[in-house]
Amino acid sequence: MVRDDIIEYSLDGHHSEEHGQKIRKKIWKVTALLSIVTIIEVAIGWVLPREAAGGLESWGWFGVEVIYMVLTVLKAAYIILVFMHLGDERKALRRMILWPYILFILYLVFILVTEAYHVGDAWMNLH
Amino acid sequence: MAGAASKEIDSATLWGGGYTSPFSVSYGKLMMWFFLVSDGLTFGGLLSALGFAKFANVNDAASHWPTGEEVFTHLPFTHAHAPLIYVALMTFILIVSSVTMVLAVEAGHRMDKKAVIKWLLLTVVGGLIFLGSQVWEWSTFIAGPDGDLSTWYDNGTLSHSPYGGVFEAGGHGHETIIHSYGPTLYANFFFFITGFHGFHVFTGVLFNFLVLRNVIRGVYHKRGHYEMVEKVGLYWHFVDLVWVFVFTFFYLV
Repeated sequence: MVRDDIIEYSLDGHHSEEHGQKIRKKIWKVTALLSIVTIIEVAIGWVLPREAAGGLESWGWFGVEVIYMVLTVLKAAYIILVFMHLGDERKALRRMILWPYILFILYLVFILVTEAYHVGDAWMNLH
Repeated sequence: MAGAASKEIDSATLWGGGYTSPFSVSYGKLMMWFFLVSDGLTFGGLLSALGFAKFANVNDAASHWPTGEEVFTHLPFTHAHAPLIYVALMTFILIVSSVTMVLAVEAGHRMDKKAVIKWLLLTVVGGLIFLGSQVWEWSTFIAGPDGDLSTWYDNGTLSHSPYGGVFEAGGHGHETIIHSYGPTLYANFFFFITGFHGFHVFTGVLFNFLVLRNVIRGVYHKRGHYEMVEKVGLYWHFVDLVWVFVFTFFYLV
């Protein structure tokens, strides 16, 4: 009788030498990507420091900040999806881990940054 | 049996009925993910709080809130002004040790014990190098590159603060007295968050070392799979992941 109540875990499964080569190739590609992104971040820091980009509250500096955020999220995505294998997990697990995260943190950042400007204004007007 | 003794688990026993596992991962790995989600929210909360403190103060010229690139500009063995280079090297070390970890996991899937030992050992070494780098960074912050000056005194944006920390040079023309590193609020966040991350690196190195010991003794080979390497690997990648954000929010933005 074929048993249908045995679970085979997807990532627990062993893989062959050829499949391993493919995985290692992907790992080295992601390594190169993460290194290049870090080098780009440092290069931007050297070429466009805050003052050169227009200083605080300028659109230039805001643009640089946005570029840093995008690069950070890019790096984080590759680490989570490839190195932590979340990209190979079931959709349900992936969503269970990522969605609460994204919603909570985005809300927290939004509310704190908004409040921070008001608190800063109130603080300065106090003196 | 304790641990993951068998990769065949009776679904009726494990999940209380039904014929499919909802996530198709083992109990241990799911719990590691649960832990990482909560730990990640802790770091998310800390970094968001840093953002709050920053945006409440950064527009006030008197607050001397530091500029990201100017926070750490030193390199060992030189007095050159090198913004970002040292922390970028630390980032690179952590990324490389993450890569050796994922290679150890891959070798585990092939039951290649020798390769697992090699890559896991390199991961432990990488973690120790990172910890050493952080020690040098902190001591340079506190005592200055030559051990006699606060780095933050060299740094114009960090030399004095309205938040209680005051820098005083040359009391009555005598020796230099340093009361603080600069803006206390900033220093609190800096040392707490990088310290908390450093503590995670330390425990990660410890776990990796213990698992490496088991790999060498052949515990996982006998068990038939190297899932334990995968589980500590998740934790180790998470440490790298947090550093990506710490790097951006302390040194870049």
